[in-house]
Amino acid sequence: MRHIPEERQPDATLTRPLLRDDMKFAAVKIAGFQWVIVGVFLFLISGFWDLQIRNEEVYNEKAQANQIKSLPIPAPRGKILDRDGRVIVDNHASFRLILSRENLQEDHLGPIAQGLNLDPAELLAKVKRFQKRPTYFTISLKEELTPAELTFVEAHRGQDAFPELELIKSQYRIYPGGGLGGHLLGYVGEINDTELNSAEWAAYNPGDVIGKTGIERYYNELLKGVDGQRRVRVDNRMNTREVLGVKEAVPGQDLRLTIDLDLQVVAELAMEGKRGAVVALAPQTGEVLALVSTPSFDPNHFVGRIDTREWNQLQSDPGRPLFNRALQAQLAPGSTFKPIMLLAALEEGIIDDSFTVSCGGGATFYGRYFRCHKRGGHGRVDLTRAMAQSCDVFFYTIGNRLGIDRIAKYSEMAGLGQKTGIDLPQEKEGLVPSSTWKIRRLREKWYAGETISVAIGQGALTVTPLQLAHAIGGIATGGVWMQPHLVKSDTPAPARRAELSLENVNKVLYSMYAVVNEGGTGGSARVAGLEISGKTGTAQRASDALVKSGKLGSDYHDDAWFVGFAPRQTPEIVVAALFENGEHGNLAGPIVRDVIKAYFDKKKSQGDAGGARLARRLPAEPGP
Amino acid sequence: MATYRRIRDLDWPLILLAIVITALGVLQIYSATLDTIHQASWWKQLVWLAVGLMGMWLMARIDYHNLLGQVPVLYAVALGFLVLTPIMGTLIWGSRRWIPLPFGFGFQPSEFVKLVIILVVARYLSELKSDRLELRDLVKLAMLVGIPFLLVASQPDLGTSLTYLPVLAVGIYLGGLRWQHAAAISVLAAALLPLGWFALADYQKARLEVFVDPAKDPQGRGYQVIQSKIAVGAGGIWGKGVTRGSQTQLRFLPVTHTDFLISAFAEEHGFFGVVVLFGLYFLLLMQIVQNAQSAPDRAGMLICMGVCAILLFHLLVNAGMAVGRMPVTGIPMPLMSYGGSSMISVFMMLGLVNNVRLRRFVS
Repeated sequence: MRHIPEERQPDATLTRPLLRDDMKFAAVKIAGFQWVIVGVFLFLISGFWDLQIRNEEVYNEKAQANQIKSLPIPAPRGKILDRDGRVIVDNHASFRLILSRENLQEDHLGPIAQGLNLDPAELLAKVKRFQKRPTYFTISLKEELTPAELTFVEAHRGQDAFPELELIKSQYRIYPGGGLGGHLLGYVGEINDTELNSAEWAAYNPGDVIGKTGIERYYNELLKGVDGQRRVRVDNRMNTREVLGVKEAVPGQDLRLTIDLDLQVVAELAMEGKRGAVVALAPQTGEVLALVSTPSFDPNHFVGRIDTREWNQLQSDPGRPLFNRALQAQLAPGSTFKPIMLLAALEEGIIDDSFTVSCGGGATFYGRYFRCHKRGGHGRVDLTRAMAQSCDVFFYTIGNRLGIDRIAKYSEMAGLGQKTGIDLPQEKEGLVPSSTWKIRRLREKWYAGETISVAIGQGALTVTPLQLAHAIGGIATGGVWMQPHLVKSDTPAPARRAELSLENVNKVLYSMYAVVNEGGTGGSARVAGLEISGKTGTAQRASDALVKSGKLGSDYHDDAWFVGFAPRQTPEIVVAALFENGEHGNLAGPIVRDVIKAYFDKKKSQGDAGGARLARRLPAEPGP
Repeated sequence: MATYRRIRDLDWPLILLAIVITALGVLQIYSATLDTIHQASWWKQLVWLAVGLMGMWLMARIDYHNLLGQVPVLYAVALGFLVLTPIMGTLIWGSRRWIPLPFGFGFQPSEFVKLVIILVVARYLSELKSDRLELRDLVKLAMLVGIPFLLVASQPDLGTSLTYLPVLAVGIYLGGLRWQHAAAISVLAAALLPLGWFALADYQKARLEVFVDPAKDPQGRGYQVIQSKIAVGAGGIWGKGVTRGSQTQLRFLPVTHTDFLISAFAEEHGFFGVVVLFGLYFLLLMQIVQNAQSAPDRAGMLICMGVCAILLFHLLVNAGMAVGRMPVTGIPMPLMSYGGSSMISVFMMLGLVNNVRLRRFVS
């Protein structure tokens, strides 16, 4: 109680406890405690030293990784327009969810997959696929998110949840016509492993959206553009605070097709419910006006990611909706081959106007009886009647005289047995048999008897609908075969020319006019006021005996063909139609008729302006 | 005359150090809360500083012997508040620590209980006749501190309740702990530690697990530690500059203006700034120790050392957490972290130290 100041003392005496004032005992202990303080400070300072001096670089990098993000700017894919500039394939603005790999943590993949209804194993595989790419490559997770998925993303976007999730603006491919022109346009989708490992797509990266078929694939390089990139500083909620650098995306080029949407629609309607293909060409330029294959598919279902069940269904469908019959169906052309036969016979001087054949319903060649499609026979026919009535005996006879190699020569001249070079992927070449082909392929000699079947478009001979339209179009223009193409171009398409006698060509063309207009087999294609010429074809898929036995299904019914063009002089349009299992060529006639009629109806309604525009494109009249 | 002497005789170096550290804190709060909803915190902190200085003046004026005389009353009031807190308290982050006051302020009794604990320990030990503590003394002391400890721990606020223990520890160390007892306590603690694990809540267990291995839960519990270490490390020697730290400004660093203010400071001022700051803290603590050494009696010495122990514990746990050397707790950095209750209670503790200093002069 020594040092209590006097003035503070009185009232406290009662409550103030006895206080000991011997301080010295504590002096050493206080000194000891000072060392504890020093120890604590050294412990803390060494902690800061360790982070700030020894490992500054490490943590600086982590701080950078926290805040700097590279975000792709997807290039909008070029639109696809028809010849009149109408949009056939478009994009619409959408959000794409991407996985940034700069701060990816593998243990987040499970919950992310769960929240977004993705297959975790597939997601993991996707991430693995990127392992060798630089980390600024992002992984595209999903496009067109559902509201539930968007909520999931918004709730988990921050630094303390899944900082690797990122939403970016993108363009989503849309096919407003649905299935319209599906085979022609193709569809886009994410590049798959097989494609990545192929030479064609070597320059692409996982996650890239590419054209898988059709125009989308053929012109992928033009359409896709070049993706850009943004480097941004973000905060912990992944909000952009500062843009550090932008490489703008280069949009893909728009493509203007030669397709006329109106004709395409007419052709598709004509094919409704049928299995087959229609190809309409402008023979003077090679422009494809319409290209249809049925049954078709809706390209919209493929964009992004097609659901496995739907894919399997499309794959296993007996109608093969993914198969583009217009350029991939290789079938016997049947009687539609006869104009080429006739031209060959005239050009080779085997027959002339006065040549006739008497048809009694069949004839024997090399010890075998070949029937004409008309049991009772056509009687005596000249070349025009033979074509108009499609008399098989007449063509057996000239085929026999020509021999297989001369038939092959003229078939190849017309473009059969080879790709037309159309700007679509996976075109097939068909087959033109010849003696060298047989030796090379089957190591067997050609038997003259085999020529007889080929003469009426059967046997080993196969063509695609595109080839047929192309071949007949070339003959109709007097021996100029313009390469079929789908994209409008200012430079004329490559052409193949043959020195043909205009007189012979006109005889063939007149006989084809007779098919439609003078009581021939193609009367179903006739339209008053339009000079449509053409040829029917009924191609066997199996021998008569087998079909009659009833053991075969409807898949083996005869294919119906029709190829027609108009007008007779300087034709503007040639159309080939294949109606699989259609039984008779006569039934394919109306399909061609509808398309040709639509073409001229439209031309008439547009006045001369449209015609003049087309005429500017026409090459010089082929000389005799 | 008397008033004049009091003002002159206050521990001005101590007060100045405290104000400088607070000013650095205000600056850092300003930088860390720029463009956030906590923008106004820096000037509020200045208000708390003013209130704190008044509290300090108050605690320096009343003779600490009078305070020691009122310990039973103070202790009872403290326990009363702690019992009321869970009943009246506002629920924030799953615990009730604050009693609401008008104008949206909150009062955190557990912060002020620190002062009472210091006085309780000082009084009990200064009343002893011997320089050696008996077992019953230890048990009594442990119970005196243990009751408020358990009340605060059950709010739950284990962090704050733990800050009472250094006062007890320093007290029994200075009061004369026998080495046999020390050994016994160590063995007992080691034995009870596994049991304590089961007493912890899940989030507390998670914090401890993450302390051992932050990578275990990098986005959840470990997130704070990882981001804090990044902030500190990225500061380097000289720091990124005020308002220039990316971890702080882009909000990667959590609760920047309170628990992790030191990390923000380290990012923006670098190792150099940290050393200067710790130098100031060191001088502050040494000034308190000096006051303990020159205290007029044993009680005054115990009060000063109690204050010193509490502040040292705060520093150790808060700064240690920022560099990943301590588990994550909500213990603030004294004088720096934003918060009224903490600010005022620290200045009141410094007031106690000044109180002791003022009584050393024989009139």
